[in-house]
Order: sequence, then structure tokens, then C-alpha cells
Amino acid sequence: MSVMTSVLVLAQAQPAQPAKIEAPPIGAIWPILIVLGAACLSVLFEALLPRHLRWPAQVALALLTLAAAAVKLVTYVSDAPAAGETAMFGTLAVDRPTLFLWGTLLALTLGAVLLIADRSVEPGGAFVASAAIRPGTVQDRAQVASTGMQTEVFPLTLFALGGMMTFCAANDLLTMFVALEVLSLPLYLMCGLARRRRLLSQESAVKYFLLGAFASAFFLYGVALLYGYAGSVRLSDIAASAAGSDRSDTLLFAGMGLLVVGLLFKASVGPFHTWTPDVYQGAPTPVTAFMAACTKVAAFGGILRVLQVAFGSTQWEWRGVLWGVAIVSMLIGAVLGLTQTDVKRMIAYSSVAHAGFLLIGAIALTDKGLSGTLFYLLTYGFTTLAAFGVISLVRDSSGEATHLSQWAGLAKRSPLVAGVFTFLLLALAGIPLTSGFVGKFVVFQAAVASGMAPLVVIALIASAVAAFFYLRVIVLMYFSEPAADGPSVTVPGAFTTAAITLGVIVTLLLGVAPAFALDWAGSGVFAIH
Amino acid sequence: MTPTYYLLLSALLFTIGAVGVLVRRNAIVVFMCVELMLNAVNLSLVTFARINGSLNGQIMAFFVMVVAAAEVVVGLAIIMSIFRTRRTASVDDSNLLKY
Repeated sequence: MSVMTSVLVLAQAQPAQPAKIEAPPIGAIWPILIVLGAACLSVLFEALLPRHLRWPAQVALALLTLAAAAVKLVTYVSDAPAAGETAMFGTLAVDRPTLFLWGTLLALTLGAVLLIADRSVEPGGAFVASAAIRPGTVQDRAQVASTGMQTEVFPLTLFALGGMMTFCAANDLLTMFVALEVLSLPLYLMCGLARRRRLLSQESAVKYFLLGAFASAFFLYGVALLYGYAGSVRLSDIAASAAGSDRSDTLLFAGMGLLVVGLLFKASVGPFHTWTPDVYQGAPTPVTAFMAACTKVAAFGGILRVLQVAFGSTQWEWRGVLWGVAIVSMLIGAVLGLTQTDVKRMIAYSSVAHAGFLLIGAIALTDKGLSGTLFYLLTYGFTTLAAFGVISLVRDSSGEATHLSQWAGLAKRSPLVAGVFTFLLLALAGIPLTSGFVGKFVVFQAAVASGMAPLVVIALIASAVAAFFYLRVIVLMYFSEPAADGPSVTVPGAFTTAAITLGVIVTLLLGVAPAFALDWAGSGVFAIH
Repeated sequence: MTPTYYLLLSALLFTIGAVGVLVRRNAIVVFMCVELMLNAVNLSLVTFARINGSLNGQIMAFFVMVVAAAEVVVGLAIIMSIFRTRRTASVDDSNLLKY
């Protein structure tokens, strides 16, 4: 008896085993961790390295980071579960569409980093030597002639990329909001860092910032209302509540409306595009390239996931509204694009029209629509990146010559650059044998299959109108006499050449042999956890 | 006091903020109106946390505060740089980029 008591006492005295906490599996999210970790390291480089070492160190770090993230991504893809998995306690969903978007983002950022790092086109690079210098002062004139560069642009790029990658993988709305800010805040700053025309650059930063903050407030209020509706911000929980909940549907649809407005703003769709032309024109061209290509990919990745996973079950209530938004976006882009006299603004309106086409694929809400939209994002990203790369080459004494009249007769001065730009414009217009044609074809095919034939007819008309302003530039380059004091075409260094070549090759390859990329885009659907 | 009143107050604050962004001319005041919108959202989140009986909404409000603070840093830096150039923070004067 006494032995038993003492054993009992002993057993009670044993300290309780601490509950073992499982570390969350991070194998799937290595690419994000690498990019964000390198971004922090890059900030330290800025703080600790002497000025003359920063540019080489930052460029090397950025390129190594992209390579390492890509390697991790490829090794993960080879044995990734087909249905996808979640990481970080279910806040990130790593499924086939996420992996496709990550691959696209890493490849596009490689091109953008090459453009950003270039110091041959503009001596010292496209970025201001020190952002604190006031435009129009003696110091400002000195910095234009100097070869210094605000190398903070590299950590900002990496942070923005990390935000974009998180944004397309976000499985709940709070993660999505934080990722939205992580991708936006660096972009606001990068817009204001141009070496020349700094007033325009700063103005574009202010406009982008104020409108972007306004739009994220809408996004956030939508999140709050959906939290009130579903009691959770997890996308799958919202979908489950929408299928049967005693809460008022007003909360659901008001929340969804505000949320989608915030997303459409980032994707520069339709009537929420007002910032796009100003910011594309004012920002330094490499940053415009990064913004135009990567932000579009990330924003549409988020839109696709939110619409399919969270709101798929209520599609009959809201699909009509997004039909209208897609039509408005295509018409605004195509019609206002006709009236532009600046190349960068013209491409900006073209991006608004493309956002309309992409939205058609996004609201098809089928597997075909998903894979078509993903493929379209891939094609559009590379074409736009290369187009902005070419735009940065045509210069006169005051910097880039972006007015269309300055592009007259460019083919006589530089047949190669004119030829490349013509090819890219044809891809944007969607002419066969370019990637733009295949992208439009798969998206429109998916839209017709899901009963949106009238929308596709409007889209075809809009493409025809948009084709007119692309062709106008081609005619201008080939059949006009060059002005006597016109701009000259800079011979680009290795970095810009590599970026443009990358964009052109992908545009051609996806136009001629798109099968492998289409297969990859269609290899799986969103994981619902 | 039913929680609904707090939701109405939050909607009202959000609307005041949104109208402020649209009608005010000083970039700093516009930015303050955006902050008002974010704080209206915080009030909603906390109220919904109360209604739902879960803490998630309150945690989210902290996330929003941190993000808003980061936004202030970036925003004021941008507005400062344009103020130093133009000696004014009026958004009407930033009109070089158009058409």
C-alpha cells in the first residue's frame, strides 16, 4: 500500500511532458523566404558597404537571390503534391497556380532587375544619385551628370517581389492585405527615384501613393465586412459561409464589392485605372517595366484566387457586374489609347485594355479560364517588359524621347530597334505567331465555353481598335521622314540587351510553340483548404 | 448598447474619410483622411470580433495599425520630397502629368 502511494506521488511529481509544437513545414515556401531574407540582407549592404561597392554587391545579390529562389522552386515543383498544400498554418496556399505565378514573377523580375541595374544607356543608371536632392538646384544638375545611383532601389525591388509572391499565395484576406502593402509601399518609393524629369517622377509617386492608399482602405473595409459575415478571413471559410449562413447577404456583397475594388485598382482595370497612365509615364522606365509586368501578374493572381475560392459559389449574383467592368476597361483602354501622344502613356492604356481581357478570363471561373489567364499573364508580362526596355533606348539630350512625334522615321536610324519594337507591338495587338495571339485565343476560348460569347465579341472589337494605335506607331516608325534633330538610339549594354532579348525570345517562343507553357499553366487548380 | 451602433459609427467615419480624400486639396489632409478610413476599419474589426465572440478581429486591428504606421513613413517621405520642391503640398498643383 505504502509502496503504491509513493509510486503515485512519484508519478505526480514527474514534470508534465511539454506538448511538442510542430514546426510549420516550410519546404514549399522557400522561394518567398529567400527573397525576403535577401531583401533584409540588401538593406544591410546599404548600411554597411562603402558607396563604390554597393552597386556591384547589390546587383550580384539580387541576381543570386532570383537564381536561388528559382532553383528552390524547380526542385520543389518536381515532387510537389498535385493538389497543392498549405504552409504557415494555412495562411499560404502553395498549389499549381501559385507555383506557376511564382515562376512567372521570378523570371519577370530577373528582366526588371537587369533593366534597373543597367548603367550603359544612361550613364550611372536611370535612378537619381540621391533622392534628397531638390530638383532644379545646382546639386540636381550635378547629380544628372554624375554616375552615382540610389542603390536602395534593389532592396525595394526584392521587398516588392516578396510581397507579390506572398500576395498570389495568400489563403486568407489578412495575409493578402499585408502582402498588398509589402508590394505597394516599395513601388511608391521607386516611382519617385528617376534621375531626370524629377518633377514628373515625384508627382507620379505622390499620385500613386495617395490613390493606392485610398484603394487599400477600400480593400481593408471589404475584409472587415467579410470577417463580420463569415467570422473568419480564410477564403475557404468565406466560401462555406456564403453557401449557407444566417448573416445578412448585404455584408457579403458589400464586403466583396469593396474588396474587389481594391484588387481591381492594383490590376489597373477599367474605371479604377486613373493612376496608371500618370504613374507609367512619370516613373523611371525600368520601374515602369517592373510595375507593368509584375504587379499585373500578382494582382490577377490574387483576383483569380479570391473569385474562384471565396466567391465561386455566389457567382450568379456578381458576375454581371464584373462583365460590365471588363467591358468598360477594354473600351477605356482601346479608345483613350488612340488619343495618346506619349509612348509610355500609350502602353499604359494598352495595359488597361489588356486588364479587361484578363478579367474576362478571370470571371470565366473554369479550369480553362484559370489556365488561360495564367498563360496570358506570362505572355503579357514578357512582352511589356521588353517594350519598356526598348522605350528606354530612344533618347535625346534631355533623356528619354517618349513623345510619339520623336519616334518618326526611327526605322531609318535604327532598323533593329524599330524591328524589335514592331514585333512587340504586334504581340500586344495579338497578331498570330506572337505570344499575344495565343494568350488571347485561350482566354477567349475559355470565355465562350463558359457562356460569355457577347463579351468575347466586344473584346474582339476592342482588340481591333487597340490594334489601330499599335499599327499607327509602326507606320510612324517606318513610313515617316525622321526629324533632323530627332532622338538617337543608344546602343545598350549587356544588361538591357539581355532583358530585351529575354522578353523577345519568350514572346516568340510562346507564339510558335506554346504547348509546354499551356500544359504547365493547366497542370492544376487552386487548393481549397 | 448594441454593437450595431459601433458598426454604423464606423461606416460613418469611413464615409467621412472617403469624402475627405475626394474633396480636400492638401496632400497631408488627404493622407489623414486615408488614416481615418483605416481607423474606421479598425473599429469595425473590433466590433465584429465582439459580435463573433472571437479574438481574430482584434488581432487584425493590430496588423492594420502596423501597416498604417509603415504607410505613414513612406507617405510622409514622398509628400515631404514634393513639398521641398514645390513649396506646397496642394494636390492641385501636381498637374504636369496629363493626357
